[in-house]
Amino acid sequence: MIAELGLAMLWLAAALALLQLAAGAFALSARGRELGGIVRPVAVVQGVLCALSFFALIVLFLRTDLSVKLVATNSHSLKPFVYKLAGTWGNHEGSMLLWVTVMGLAGSFVALFERRLREATMLATLAGQAFVSIGFYAFLLFSSNPFERLPEPAAEGNGLNPLLQDIGLAFHPPTLYLGYVGLSVAFSFAIGALITRDVGPAFARAMRPWVLGAWIFLSLGITAGSYWAYYELGWGGWWFWDPVENASLMPWLAATALLHSASVLAARNALRAWTVMLGVVAFSMSMIGTFLVRSGILTSVHAFAVDPERGSFILALLAIYIGGALALFATRASTITEGARFAPVSRESALVVNNVALSAILGIVLVGTLYPLLTEAFDEKVSVGPPYFNPMGAIFFVPMLVVMAIGPMLRWRGDRAARVSGKLAIPALAAAATALGLVALAPTIKPMPFLGIALAVGLAVASVLPLVGRELKRTPLPTWGMVVAHFGIAVALFGVGSDSAFSTEKLVASRVGETHAVGPWQVTLSDIEPVAGPNWTAIEATMAASHAGGAASELHSQSRNFTSPPLVTSESALLTRWNGQLYAVLGEEADDQRWQLRLWWKPFVPMIWYGGLLIGLGGLLALIGRVAHDVRRLRAEGKIAYRRQRQGR
Amino acid sequence: MKRVLALALLFVAVPVGAQDLLPPAPYAYKQLDDPRQEAEALALMETLRCLKCQSQSIADSDASMAGDMRHQVRSRIAAGEEPEEIREWLVERYGDYVTYTPQVRPLTLPLFAAPIVFLILAVVLLRRRFRKRSEGTE
Repeated sequence: MIAELGLAMLWLAAALALLQLAAGAFALSARGRELGGIVRPVAVVQGVLCALSFFALIVLFLRTDLSVKLVATNSHSLKPFVYKLAGTWGNHEGSMLLWVTVMGLAGSFVALFERRLREATMLATLAGQAFVSIGFYAFLLFSSNPFERLPEPAAEGNGLNPLLQDIGLAFHPPTLYLGYVGLSVAFSFAIGALITRDVGPAFARAMRPWVLGAWIFLSLGITAGSYWAYYELGWGGWWFWDPVENASLMPWLAATALLHSASVLAARNALRAWTVMLGVVAFSMSMIGTFLVRSGILTSVHAFAVDPERGSFILALLAIYIGGALALFATRASTITEGARFAPVSRESALVVNNVALSAILGIVLVGTLYPLLTEAFDEKVSVGPPYFNPMGAIFFVPMLVVMAIGPMLRWRGDRAARVSGKLAIPALAAAATALGLVALAPTIKPMPFLGIALAVGLAVASVLPLVGRELKRTPLPTWGMVVAHFGIAVALFGVGSDSAFSTEKLVASRVGETHAVGPWQVTLSDIEPVAGPNWTAIEATMAASHAGGAASELHSQSRNFTSPPLVTSESALLTRWNGQLYAVLGEEADDQRWQLRLWWKPFVPMIWYGGLLIGLGGLLALIGRVAHDVRRLRAEGKIAYRRQRQGR
Repeated sequence: MKRVLALALLFVAVPVGAQDLLPPAPYAYKQLDDPRQEAEALALMETLRCLKCQSQSIADSDASMAGDMRHQVRSRIAAGEEPEEIREWLVERYGDYVTYTPQVRPLTLPLFAAPIVFLILAVVLLRRRFRKRSEGTE
């Protein structure tokens, strides 16, 4: 009953999206103007219905209703509650339903609260949003029905991939989806503004909170995903340039560029065409990401759907939306002027350099990700990995970092280099001192980590300069946000450089009682014993780690055997100190009662993820600042309207 | 003596595909004694693809084939081979797919042309923009 109800609500929501598109499109013409009034309410109801449908699916998963095919293939009655819940979106159909739900709710929100754009632009935006939703509703209803029943209820479910039974990963996909879908709103705004030729500061201000929100979720999602790979895969790696990782990095790069160019458009009414273009590109990257992950074109733990029909469906959607948006852009681009002018040394110029560099990095990641798929189509398999992405990306990343240090100090419209060079000498000196220190203390360091650490220190100092000489309490929240996010980039970069330059590794076959040195640590294997969890059994190693003769800390690493479905995973043990992380993994049993141990000392590695969190926090501060400003403005407008009304009487 | 031993090991090595059935290779989970050689081996292993996994290098995979390949790399480094020679040997055996460092060949040219194109585009875009601006302000 619940399944049928959920399906019915999904169909209704799809029908309403169709109505929203038709009414919005008609309302733009002279004859259909009256239809405009229904667009906003329809958008709200559409979002709510879709959310109810998703809620129905959650209920099915929590009850482990084994007559529903999706539940039977992806869940298990003995799974802990939180993974039953997470199982709802830990599969293809459920995650696509989550996608349209978030998109529908975002549309409702825009329909309810966004009032500053011209009504025609709003209608075009909501029609655009409906147009995108319809494709995904069709995809769900025609080729990925989450509510399909089995002819006979299954006796027991198949379970969820044990690698995914992890609290970090349970909430990783929805975080990324919130990011992807936030960009769909930016896309709709771009389409709306293109249709009504209404690209200006108001459009940028309406779009900006959505880009910021999406960007925060993408930043946090990427950070969480990277940390998950780090501790769950058991080899201490945190970024593999895996296509699935790139699928989340590409929208982030585009969103970062969009965020900065939207700021230029909002503040200075410049970079109009470029901002619209980035709005289209950012969501295109989200869809390409979804296509890569969902189509099964890559076979990995992330790719749940191995079904060419679905792949072609998403590819068709991709072609329609990206192609359509680009065609619209091409026909309208000549009517959008570039806007206000600025001098070569100015805040705008720094942001242009940032945008060009980010776009180039995006291009490299896109080419590097898609090229192996292309050659595979011609039966030639090649691999593109870190030795390609790292140096090629650095060509653009290094100049971008330098401009990132300088840009926030420059004034809008035009500035003199001499005015800021005094202040900028401080971070330059810090970077130079770090470089000298590295050469003296670690002469064997490789060029990339060397450059990374020195630049990170310089950027860290430079990023707080915009606060110097300001009254901190009066500094606007978005400025704080910028400072914190830029500082976060420096922190993460420092962690990356330190990990690749100074990590030490120790692989040993150890008996109980033996002690091994890794970096400054002494690690003793003190015990090996079997343990059992709710749906797994494991061998657990207890290790005692001590540092320079200090008190020992205990670590527990497990080699887990899951039964449904059968799989062995390594649970790494982490010991975090201010200056790094000790990483220990229990491997297989070797000969004569010895056990494989893998030990790493990774100086400052947690800074990678602290940096990621800071970046997200910076975004959050900026978002709060912007939204608070909007709310104040709305209230003020409300009061004025109220007074006018009373005076009228 | 160690070199001779390592070379002898190489001679008894059978095709890697068949090694799944054999006991684990000794250097799969064991580091080389010379830290400089180990660093060389690790740097190479990080750029070789584990053929049985999804997007993992042989330096960070539990697959038995990755273990065998680690053993190959370490024992060849210990025998004094250059890392690039070992890469070539592996590419010959398994094809380009095995190396994360794309080899410059006609097939991979677009991959290396792309960054150059982006760089030219970026420079042209920036120069045009700034020249137009400075003319405009004059």
